[in-house]
Amino acid sequence: MSASPETSATLTAKPIQVKLVLLGEAAVGKSSLVLRFSSNEFQDNKEPTIGAAFVTQKCRLEDKVIKFEIWDTAGQERFYSLAPMYYRNAHAAVVVFDVTRASSLERAKSWVKELQRQANLNVVIALVGNKLDLVRPSSTGVETAGEEEVTSPEQGETEAEDMNPDKSPSSESGSEGAESANVEYRPRQVTTEEGEAYAAEAGLLYFETSAKTGEGVQQVFIEIAKKLPTDQILSKSQRTASAGLNSGSVNVNLVNESGFGRSGQGNTADGTANAGNGCAC
Amino acid sequence: MEEEYDVIVLGTGLTECVLSGVFSVEGKKVLHVDRNDYYGGESASLNLTQLYRKFRDGAEPPAEFGRDRDYNVDLIPKFMMANEELVRVLTHTDVTRYLEFKQVDGSYVYRDGRISKVPSNEFEAVSTPLVGLFEKRRLKKFLEFVQKWKDDDPSTHQGVDLDRMQAIDMFKKFGLEAGTQDFIGHAMALYTDDEFLYSPAREMYDRIILYVSSVARYGKSPYIYPMYGLGELPQGFARLSAIYGGTYMLDKPVDEILYDDNGKFRGIRSGEECAYAKMVVGDPSYFPDKVKPVGRVIRAICLLEKPIPQTGDLSSVQIIIPQKQLGRKHDIYIACVSSTHSVCAKGYYLAIVSTVVETDIPEKEILPALKLLGPITEKFVSVSNVTVPLEDGTTDNVYISKSYDASSHFVSIYQDIRDIYKRATGKELVIKRRPRQEEEQATLGSA
Repeated sequence: MSASPETSATLTAKPIQVKLVLLGEAAVGKSSLVLRFSSNEFQDNKEPTIGAAFVTQKCRLEDKVIKFEIWDTAGQERFYSLAPMYYRNAHAAVVVFDVTRASSLERAKSWVKELQRQANLNVVIALVGNKLDLVRPSSTGVETAGEEEVTSPEQGETEAEDMNPDKSPSSESGSEGAESANVEYRPRQVTTEEGEAYAAEAGLLYFETSAKTGEGVQQVFIEIAKKLPTDQILSKSQRTASAGLNSGSVNVNLVNESGFGRSGQGNTADGTANAGNGCAC
Repeated sequence: MEEEYDVIVLGTGLTECVLSGVFSVEGKKVLHVDRNDYYGGESASLNLTQLYRKFRDGAEPPAEFGRDRDYNVDLIPKFMMANEELVRVLTHTDVTRYLEFKQVDGSYVYRDGRISKVPSNEFEAVSTPLVGLFEKRRLKKFLEFVQKWKDDDPSTHQGVDLDRMQAIDMFKKFGLEAGTQDFIGHAMALYTDDEFLYSPAREMYDRIILYVSSVARYGKSPYIYPMYGLGELPQGFARLSAIYGGTYMLDKPVDEILYDDNGKFRGIRSGEECAYAKMVVGDPSYFPDKVKPVGRVIRAICLLEKPIPQTGDLSSVQIIIPQKQLGRKHDIYIACVSSTHSVCAKGYYLAIVSTVVETDIPEKEILPALKLLGPITEKFVSVSNVTVPLEDGTTDNVYISKSYDASSHFVSIYQDIRDIYKRATGKELVIKRRPRQEEEQATLGSA
C-alpha cells in the first residue's frame, strides 16, 4: 500500500487531496478519532503521536477517491499557541468537544470563530461531540450518526487524549485524565439538541461519536467528503501542478528537486500505514 | 509550567524555532515561550491589525487595504537562496511539508541610475547591459573559471590559490573593472560592504557558487520565498518541535530569569509560575543586560499599488544598490513581494528597503531606494539595534542569538544556529534526514 501510492490510487480516479485539521480543547479525543478513522484502532491512554506530521487516509465516495491529509494539533492548542499555519489552506476542519464537559463546547465555539475568521472561506467545518461511551446509555441523546462497526470496548481507563500527557505542565488536562481514570460513566453536559442547535446556527455539520467504540466516527469523514467542493479543489490543484515556467511567480518543489523522491505540494507524502480499512462507502 | 525541562527557549524567531525543533527531535524536553501572542518574534509576518498595533499605536488600518487575513507582512526582509543550507534543513526535517515556496522572479542590481538583471552565468554575461563590450569577455572568462574550478584539479586553477589570493587580486588577474568587481562582490557574492576585497578569495568563490547554483536550480533568480510570508518558517519549525513533544506557550511574559548561586541559568519566572532547565536559548530581547549593540539597521516596509518600475512588472524581485553607487559603506537592499505570495491584498505589492545605518538621519539614507519604488501608498519605518551576545554562554548556560542583520538571505542566521548549537551541546549540528513516516508508523505499531 505504502510502497506505490500512485498506482494503487489510479484504480478509479486520481485521489483528491484534502487537508483536514483537527481542533478542540486538550483531551477531548482528537487523536483518538483519527486513530479510529485511519486504523480502526483505539488505545487507552494513547501514546503521544511523536513525529507524525499528519496521517493520510483515503475515502471512496461514488466515483471519487478523497485522500484526507489529517493534521493533529501536536499539543499546540494546550496553551492557545496554535500557529495560523496550521489551518492555512485547510479544506475541512473537525472541531471536537467532549459531551461530558460543557466547557469544551465553549472552547470549540471559539475555534469555530477563529476558523471563520482565518481559514479558507469555503472550509467545511464539522462539530463533533466525542466520548459518547462515557455517557450512560440511557442518557444518550438522539443518535444522528449511523452506527458503523462497533467493536467491543475494552473496560478500564478512559481515554486520555493528550499529544503528550506526560509532558503536560499544566494542571487542567493532567487532572482531567486522572479524574476520569476511575469513573466509568459521567453525566452528559451537552445535549444533542444543544450541539445541533449551535451547529445549525453556525452552519456546521454536527456529529456525536465515540472514538473508543468507533460509533459515528466513519460517518464524520464520509459526510465531510460529501460536502467538500471537490471539483474546485481538483481544478485548483491541477492549476498549481501545471503552472509552467512562464506563469508569473512559479511554485517550486523543494522536496522533489532535492531528489528525495517525495513531493511536497500536489501529491503530498503518502505516510499512512494501516490504510487497509478506509471508508467502506 | 512548574516543571523541569532540558531546554527552555525564549522567543519564537526563526533561530529559536529551528533550535527548538532540533532539540525536540533529539528527544530533549523543550519548553518554548514567547511574550507575544504570535509566532516569529522579530522575524514574524504580521497581519494589518498587528502591523498597525506595532507601528501606528493600534490605529485602525484603512478599509481600502482589504481584509486583515490577506496580510502577512514580514518585519525582516529576506529571501532564501535555493541552495543554501537552511533549505536542506527544511527538506531533511520535512518542514517543507508545511510550506509552499515560490520562485522570486528576478534579481537586479542598480548601476548609474538604472537597474539591470544580475548576470548569473557566462551566457547572461554576454548580454548584460551592465558592462561594456570588452569587459563582457573578461566577465565571461571569470565566471567560466569559477564554475570550472575543482579543488583537486590544479589544471582548473590557472595559478590561483583561493586560500591565499585576496579577492581583489583575483579580480585583477581577470582584468575586471571596479564596476564589475562591484556587482560580482555585492550582487552575486552578496557582500554588504567592501571588506571582502582584502580577504582570501575562497569565501567569495563559495558565495558566487552558491548564487550561481541557486539560480541554476529554478532559473529566474537564486531566490525562493514561502507563501504567506517568512513568518511561516518559524511556525513550521515550531510545529516540528511540538510534534516531537515540545511545549508551546505564547502570550506568556517572562518576568525574571533565574540563576543559581554560581550565576548559572536555573529557570524562568512568569507571574507566580516558574519553569526550570539546565540551559536557555533565547533572542536578545529577553536578555537586554547580556548583549551589546554593534550597529543599527533601518527597514522601511512600503505598500505599493504597482510593481517596481524598470523591473518588467515582476511580482517579486530583489534589487541591490551597491554602496559605491551612492557613496556609502553598506549596500541598500530592496525586497519586493506581492499578493501572488499571499502577503497582501490583491493588487498590492510589499517592498522592504533595508540597510545598515551610517548617519544620524537614517531615513534620508534610504531615499534613493525609495525613489526607485514609484508611488508609495503607505510606509512603516523602523530602526533597530543589531546586537550580539556579550558572552558565548558556556559559563552561564545562557545562549543568546544574534539579532537579524541586514543581509538578504539566511546564511548568517543558519551560521548562528550552528554556532549556538555547538556552544550549547559541544557537538557539531548535523541535520539527518528524518525517518519516513511509514517507518515511524511501523515502529509505533510494533511498540
